[in-house]
Amino acid sequence: MQTKKIINDGNRSVDEMLEGILAAHPRHLRSVDGSPRSIIARDGPRPGKVGLVIGGGSGHEPTFLGFVGKGLADAAAIGNVFASPPPDPILECAKAVSGGAGVLFMYGNYAGDVMNFDMAAEMAAMDDIEVRTVLTTDDVASAPRDQRQKRRGVAGNFFIFKAAGAACERMLSFDEVERIARKANDHTFTMGVALSPCSLPQTRRPNFEIGADEMEIGMGIHGEPGIARGKLRTADEITDEMLDRIIAEMAPSRGDKVAVLVNSLGSTPLMELYIMNRRVKQRLDDIGVSVHATWVGNYCTSLEMAGASLTLEHLDGELQTLLDHPCDCAMFRAG
Amino acid sequence: MTAIGTAELKTMFVAIAAAIEADKDRLCQLDGVIGDADHGIAMALGFNAARDALAALDLVAIEPTALLNTAAKSFLNAVGASSGPLYATALMRAAAAVKGKATLAADDVIAMVQAMAQGIKDRGKAEIGEKTMIDAWQPAAEAAAAAHAAGKSLAESLQAALTAAERGAEATKDMIAAKGRSSRLGERSLGHIDPGAASAVTVIGAMRSSLN
Repeated sequence: MQTKKIINDGNRSVDEMLEGILAAHPRHLRSVDGSPRSIIARDGPRPGKVGLVIGGGSGHEPTFLGFVGKGLADAAAIGNVFASPPPDPILECAKAVSGGAGVLFMYGNYAGDVMNFDMAAEMAAMDDIEVRTVLTTDDVASAPRDQRQKRRGVAGNFFIFKAAGAACERMLSFDEVERIARKANDHTFTMGVALSPCSLPQTRRPNFEIGADEMEIGMGIHGEPGIARGKLRTADEITDEMLDRIIAEMAPSRGDKVAVLVNSLGSTPLMELYIMNRRVKQRLDDIGVSVHATWVGNYCTSLEMAGASLTLEHLDGELQTLLDHPCDCAMFRAG
Repeated sequence: MTAIGTAELKTMFVAIAAAIEADKDRLCQLDGVIGDADHGIAMALGFNAARDALAALDLVAIEPTALLNTAAKSFLNAVGASSGPLYATALMRAAAAVKGKATLAADDVIAMVQAMAQGIKDRGKAEIGEKTMIDAWQPAAEAAAAAHAAGKSLAESLQAALTAAERGAEATKDMIAAKGRSSRLGERSLGHIDPGAASAVTVIGAMRSSLN
């Protein structure tokens, strides 16, 4: 049986969504003429500023294009559902945001994205645009700690892009922006749990099977199987399991500060996310770690998947300043 | 046999697109087990786009290289994902391998298949045994070259390629994924055919049928 979706044509869903987004946010976003999958911040790019291009597959809204705006990303290249964009729209983004100070590509670490963005970077070099790349690798469930470079990028993108976008907005040098982007990635840790599958608009079939009473810890944001499947447990138990792994890696000291993101994978409601956040706060209080800021809601989704992810960013003075720096995007505003 | 020109290559892409379209659901299901369930969609989008782009070409006015480059670019821009750069690179290398030829002899077709396999390997940086499409493409290219060198006909050489690809794809069941999204699964990827290797068999099978 096919899943229920409010769509017209599964093959047109991404383009129809983009039409709707541009209609809703004309003050923030435009597309490049002739390249409708290249979405640009209206008042972001400018001469002398490092341009920040993010992107990846669709189906994770508001990631990526919701984070395009002044003070955050200058552009997003939009792929098909769960599929990297091809090089052309990425290249068009790079051209549109290049202010002569270099263009930084930032996206989650997936084989397809790496190939397409690398091809776009080679093409940009031929147009005399210097491109550097920082991959996000915040998902602690996706590879062991000593193989951090193999991990995938998930909801922690939010904090990592935010730091890099603020660094660009403060007109820092290309070297500094790159250093900060890498640092933000190193300081950001995410764990997810999935309760029920999502389905692609083209197939409308569940993209994995899971028992009615089961959950999968560490599942990826495209439904990639995680690290362990078990019986569904309570919010506190689930939150504890995720936090234990994050804290073990982050190794905060008493008095340290973190930023918290409790993210829905799509259909898990705010009520459940706030129940999780209650536990996060209790646990952090217990170990003397203070919460500088918290976001709760849909930040990096997986279509209609049920489940949630928890991300902590380990802040220092620099990352805190960048997190607090104002930004004004279509689907996110700070400061 | 008659030499292979742009008309025959166009027919080959029509055949590949039809074969992939017919196989789309199975490929998505294979991908759903160890990946994100969209491999059949991406492959169908790509080869349908290539087929449509070739339909607009004046086949008399162009050489095989231009046709293959058109197929590469249309595939890439329709798909992105992993299969986009991999198959686009394969087709661009195929285009380079037959540069300057108005029609292709058996030698050229074998060189084209070898260039495709090498292009996929270079772009994806995968080796044999890592549970990717290269586990089908590389043995296929090697078998085709060996059969051709042993004096077999083009049809026999392409059949050898198909047989080797099938064996290679089947062997991915016993491999632990080391590249791509399924590599995060570790041992949980065991027992399942790699969808990229499975679709490679479908592509090579359609090439064999249409170039006979």
